[in-house]
Amino acid sequence: MDETTRESPPSRRAFLSRSLTAGAGLAALGGTGTATAAAPAVAAAAAVDPPETLPVSLTVNGRRRTLRTDPRTSLLDALREDLGLTGPKKGCNQGACGACTVLLDGTRILSCITFAVMFEGAEITTVEGLADGDRLHPVQRAFVEHDGFQCGFCTSGQITSAVGLLAENPRPSTAEIKELMSGNLCRCAAYPNIVAAVESAAEGRS
Amino acid sequence: MTSTDTRTSQGIGQSAPRPDGTLKVTGEFAYSSDLWLEDMVWGVTLRSPHPAARIRSIDLGPALAMPGVLAVLTHEDVPGEKHHGLELRDQPVLAVDRVRYQGEPVALVAADHPERARRAAAAIVVDYEVTEAVTDARRAAFDPACPKVGERGNILRHQPVRVGSVFEAPVVVTGEYEVGMQDQAFLGPESGLAVPAEDGGVDLYVATQWLHVDRDQIAPCLGLPAEKVRVSLAGVGGAFGAREDLSMQVHACLLALRTGRPVKMVYNREESFFGHVHRHPAWMRYEHGATRDGRLIYVKAEILLDGGAYCSSSPAVVGNAASLGAGPYEVGNVEIDAYGVYTNNPPCGAMRGFGAVQACFAYESQMDRLAEACGLSPVELRIRNAVSQGSRLITGQLIDSPAPLAGMLAELEAFPLPAASDGDLRELPGGVAQTTHGEGVRRGVGYGVGIKNICFSEGFDDYSTARVRLELAGGEPHVLVHTAAAEVGQGLVTVQAQVARTELGVERVTVAPADTTVGSAGSSSASRQSYVTGGAVKTACEAVRERLAELAAAHPGLTTTALLQRFGPVEETREYRHRPTFPMDPSTGQGDSHTQLALCVHRAVVDVDVELGLVKVVELAAVQDVGKVLNLLALEGQIHGGSAQGLGLALMEEVLVADGRLRNPSFTDYLIPTILDMPPMKVSILENPDPAAPYGLRGAGEPPTLSTTPAVVAAVRAATGRALSRVPIRPEHIALT
Repeated sequence: MDETTRESPPSRRAFLSRSLTAGAGLAALGGTGTATAAAPAVAAAAAVDPPETLPVSLTVNGRRRTLRTDPRTSLLDALREDLGLTGPKKGCNQGACGACTVLLDGTRILSCITFAVMFEGAEITTVEGLADGDRLHPVQRAFVEHDGFQCGFCTSGQITSAVGLLAENPRPSTAEIKELMSGNLCRCAAYPNIVAAVESAAEGRS
Repeated sequence: MTSTDTRTSQGIGQSAPRPDGTLKVTGEFAYSSDLWLEDMVWGVTLRSPHPAARIRSIDLGPALAMPGVLAVLTHEDVPGEKHHGLELRDQPVLAVDRVRYQGEPVALVAADHPERARRAAAAIVVDYEVTEAVTDARRAAFDPACPKVGERGNILRHQPVRVGSVFEAPVVVTGEYEVGMQDQAFLGPESGLAVPAEDGGVDLYVATQWLHVDRDQIAPCLGLPAEKVRVSLAGVGGAFGAREDLSMQVHACLLALRTGRPVKMVYNREESFFGHVHRHPAWMRYEHGATRDGRLIYVKAEILLDGGAYCSSSPAVVGNAASLGAGPYEVGNVEIDAYGVYTNNPPCGAMRGFGAVQACFAYESQMDRLAEACGLSPVELRIRNAVSQGSRLITGQLIDSPAPLAGMLAELEAFPLPAASDGDLRELPGGVAQTTHGEGVRRGVGYGVGIKNICFSEGFDDYSTARVRLELAGGEPHVLVHTAAAEVGQGLVTVQAQVARTELGVERVTVAPADTTVGSAGSSSASRQSYVTGGAVKTACEAVRERLAELAAAHPGLTTTALLQRFGPVEETREYRHRPTFPMDPSTGQGDSHTQLALCVHRAVVDVDVELGLVKVVELAAVQDVGKVLNLLALEGQIHGGSAQGLGLALMEEVLVADGRLRNPSFTDYLIPTILDMPPMKVSILENPDPAAPYGLRGAGEPPTLSTTPAVVAAVRAATGRALSRVPIRPEHIALT
């Protein structure tokens, strides 16, 4: 079991140095990426503890994690700031956009409007926990194939939401997909392709 | 649709997948708000609560005394230029003795925790003397007694267009139209990380649209030479114009240089509404005169655009509104006056469609009125007046490449109409929240036409730079493409790689991170990057190819691989410019102000509950001429996205401003289209090449935004019989007026 505190976030360095390079635009398609982003290395989370913290133990992406956190910390902030999982995004921080969607015991929730300390013993899955190693989850594959995103900021939430949707309803109609994905905003409006991706994943085509 | 033979499997014309796609679906793509550094501290902005006030004093003491606070800065701490701006450097880095809009940055705090920084900012005591806020754009423009918001008066730009002298006609229609303030509402908030460097400079990782012009505004404010401010693109969570101006860039750099620590700033959603410019709200008066058979004789218009407190890109927005103010129609007599004005409302600037959107809603509404007055169908009236290759714009500019508007309209009209609603509650306006059984639902159909200039206009030196390197990697040819062009979701990294594959016949292409160590690529705006950066990559590849050909000629018998082995990598850097444009004449508006024009036409089918005022867009159909399809999948995404934002402007999106104050800075109160609001789309894409452009392409991202709005409104008018002269349409405009 990992003991995670604000002073010692696990895997933070490896995770973020990889993704910072990626985010800086390194784009190697079918080729060897020789570019190196002159980007900073990565490390520890916020330097100072808030005055009072509570312990919470939960399973995130299959790993048991324990952290101490301010009881007012949202699950989203705990995931992003304490556990280094920046897949879930903060688009509005009030449950209106869906970019922070994660799975709680397989069910979709908005991690920005719920407190981390409420999840003692719970099992949380973020977008980072969907792939099986290098093998993408079928929904992730379907989003790539159908170009179900443009900027991609909402995509973590869209994909996590779609995975939850298909667990609730494995063979949704188009109308049901739209109804059940309507809590996830996409400002680029890749909506037609999102519908196509979810349909494709539901039919096992991806 | 034609397809193109390419030398590689993922070249131009192929729906190549996004190189950053896997990272985006696994959550690993690092957006600017995801960046993290050891010893990083957090920056927060204190903003003005007043739209207009003098600052008597600022007491930083309470903030400085708080634990964890490392720096508190005001304008006195700005070492260089105190102002920045895209066209006019009139916007203070931090307010200097006066605030001109609600939300104007006044002071900055850096602390070791974001909450501590926020609390410290709240502890700063600013003594404001509230002054009269100018919030009526008409008064700002035309009332000599109105207080001056700008240093040189309230009119930012007045651009007339004058053609001909016949302003009488057998058929005359007039109208007054209003467009509300739209927000880009990208999902990824303004954010970035500034890292102080050992040479006294700063490295900034930021989500932006235009790295070099960011740098060229940041460096003077910091009192640093440009080479000491290095800007790299972080992951961008959407842009749509809102990242063309600076937001937190200078602020984070100031705090980083002051504290000697990396500084991260991330706006929350509410702050984001104050942190970027919006689409200009507009008030427009139009008069169209025509013959009885519907041929335009004249167009008169007054277009008033509220630029808010600072200049931003308002002058260019005014230029577009004026030059495109009559739409893609032939008309021999024109009297247009477009104004951009300063007020104490939120600053307005770039948003997808850039000045052409507002005018399009008005002139298309007028064309519908004219059709009715002449007893013609909306499509027939438009076809009778449509421009084509060889026509002249109202600026006198010749349309010298294909502009098949009449044919596009005919094709659009011929699309089959969708079936009537089958009574499924989810299909009714309002969806499952509907409280009736659809008794009041009426269907309507409407058309809209738009014309948008592609690339920067009016004499701007508009170019992009690409560095292309052909080398061996693991014994195989590999291409590295480096530009400063901002990928904002439009798929530009994909297109750059596709161009390189096509030009060099090499499969393996890497697009390097965008930064300021290569020349400027200009802005990711004006639908211009495929054209200009695509052109730069193509030109640099051609130069690499020429070098290779020279080597091959000198050393016959050697393969490319052997040449690269013997002589090392071949690298070329090239700038690419489109054909020059020219200023508009200040009193007549005449001049070849645009380099390329793009057309899109939309048909909207709506169901309206006329008793509840609810609208459901049942279908959007579009025909767009893109010159050449580079990547069909990405292109269709642009057409979907542009159409959705036009739909949003028609039906729901408005930043509400009362007495200079924002009323709805949140996603619960500022509504954008959801997946349920997005109708199925029928899209036809034409490829009539523009010989002046790389591959004959035409910029594609903005045109669909223009024509959707008037099409949707026309459809709602057809369903309701209401005049509907304002967007967004509200339920009460349908049901209660």
